[in-house]
Amino acid sequence: MGNEARELVLKEVNRELLLNLLAGGKRMDERGPNDYRQVKVQKGVLSTAEGSALAQIGDSKVLCGVKYGEMTPFPDRPTEGVFMVMAEFLPLASPTFEPGPPSPESIELARVVDRGIRSAEVIDTKSMFIEEGKVLGLFIDLYVMDHSGNLTDTAALAAAAALADTKVPRLEGGKIVRGDYTGPLSLTDKPVTSTFIKVGDKILLDPLRSEEHAQDCQLTVGTVDGYVVCMQKSGSGSMTKAEVMGCIDIALEKGNELRSHI
Amino acid sequence: METPELIKDGKRLDGRALDGLRPIRIMAGVLKEAEGSAFVEWGGNKVICGIYGPRECIPKHDASPYKSLLKCRYTMSPFASLEEHGRSGPNRRSTEISKVIREAFDSVVMSGEFPKTQIDIYVDVLQAEGGTRIAAIAAAAVALANAGIPMKDMISGVAVGKIGGQLAVDLGKAEDNLGESDMPIAFTHRGKEIVFLQMDGKLTPEELSRNIDAAMEASDKVYALQAEALRKSYDSEGGQELEM
Repeated sequence: MGNEARELVLKEVNRELLLNLLAGGKRMDERGPNDYRQVKVQKGVLSTAEGSALAQIGDSKVLCGVKYGEMTPFPDRPTEGVFMVMAEFLPLASPTFEPGPPSPESIELARVVDRGIRSAEVIDTKSMFIEEGKVLGLFIDLYVMDHSGNLTDTAALAAAAALADTKVPRLEGGKIVRGDYTGPLSLTDKPVTSTFIKVGDKILLDPLRSEEHAQDCQLTVGTVDGYVVCMQKSGSGSMTKAEVMGCIDIALEKGNELRSHI
Repeated sequence: METPELIKDGKRLDGRALDGLRPIRIMAGVLKEAEGSAFVEWGGNKVICGIYGPRECIPKHDASPYKSLLKCRYTMSPFASLEEHGRSGPNRRSTEISKVIREAFDSVVMSGEFPKTQIDIYVDVLQAEGGTRIAAIAAAAVALANAGIPMKDMISGVAVGKIGGQLAVDLGKAEDNLGESDMPIAFTHRGKEIVFLQMDGKLTPEELSRNIDAAMEASDKVYALQAEALRKSYDSEGGQELEM
């Protein structure tokens, strides 16, 4: 059976299964509706990157590597450094991921994580100025290695942890000296996300892959302590305002729980 | 930059003897989704491999009625080197390496058992420090076995070469860049057949012969670690918790 056909069948089967479970107050595993799976963060796992972390939520695994580079600033912000988030859905992460150009899903994931970091203003880009026409660039690469659902939260956690692990390279004559650092990257906060799915009239935090198959839609809420810094609804279904607000309350609470792992 | 002396008092830059391997750590079954997987830390290299298949061959017209099509995709992460941020995805170097790794496994995978299908070997270098293709082969062999793909023999290898005028085993990054010769080579374990061989530099036939002998001996040590990783994965129901 082809991968797309397989996904379609799984969607049908898992939706029926999950709706039956939810009617009995259960989900696909033993968790309550607002529980995360086990969260695990390993920081500093790569010595070639200026910052790195492996984040795991349940069986989902995302590796983040942070590299510095020298760049030309954007013309409208000539004295500010640049950072960018990219996501690679490695084919080894899922039977449905295939080699090739970035999928819309991987672009969406990278952009949601990027928006969280950007809106929370956790990185002082002004400190990344080198000289006229030259600034530091910060490349935040997300490597999805195992897809068991809720990649967004796993990726955002990996990025926040890798940034917390990042060391600023020493500059000499306007050039980066590799492997030589002046100190840790100064961060004002650790933005993370919490993702919910809606199935029928039920809302579940941290969906498994099989639960995502059954979803009507998905809502990601990015937070720093006390504030929402990004949101993204994805998938074809809809949510009410009350549902969204309910998700925000839980995301603010769970965000602190996630941050405690960094 | 001044060229460092690669060998001093019989010891190499990292203190190893000429025939010494870097520390190697192998784990099997570290990924949940993949049908087989392995993580290899080999000196400063960190490599992860995932296997899918046998599964439907795409595109269909590539399918063989006689055997499974083995595919391999080796890539290097953009954060794999201490230097510049790289580009993700395949390039000319990784395309060539993917091809020769696939061909190495073509000789042992019993693909005749699964006609019309394909088997995917995905191997990603997360951190590089010289000898990534050999670490990739070590990982792929363990991951294929972990996936339960029948193979006639196990594959293990090492990069040997010549540095500072002497033959050495398991070249690191500086040795690869500054040494006289680099020869990654891989063998079947029982048959001791060479299934992977590349070489650059300048060596006499006598040096080549000694290099191959040294590589064969070192490969047996790698094999022992591969076998141990697989044995451990069975103790824990086919899977181990990934420790990077």
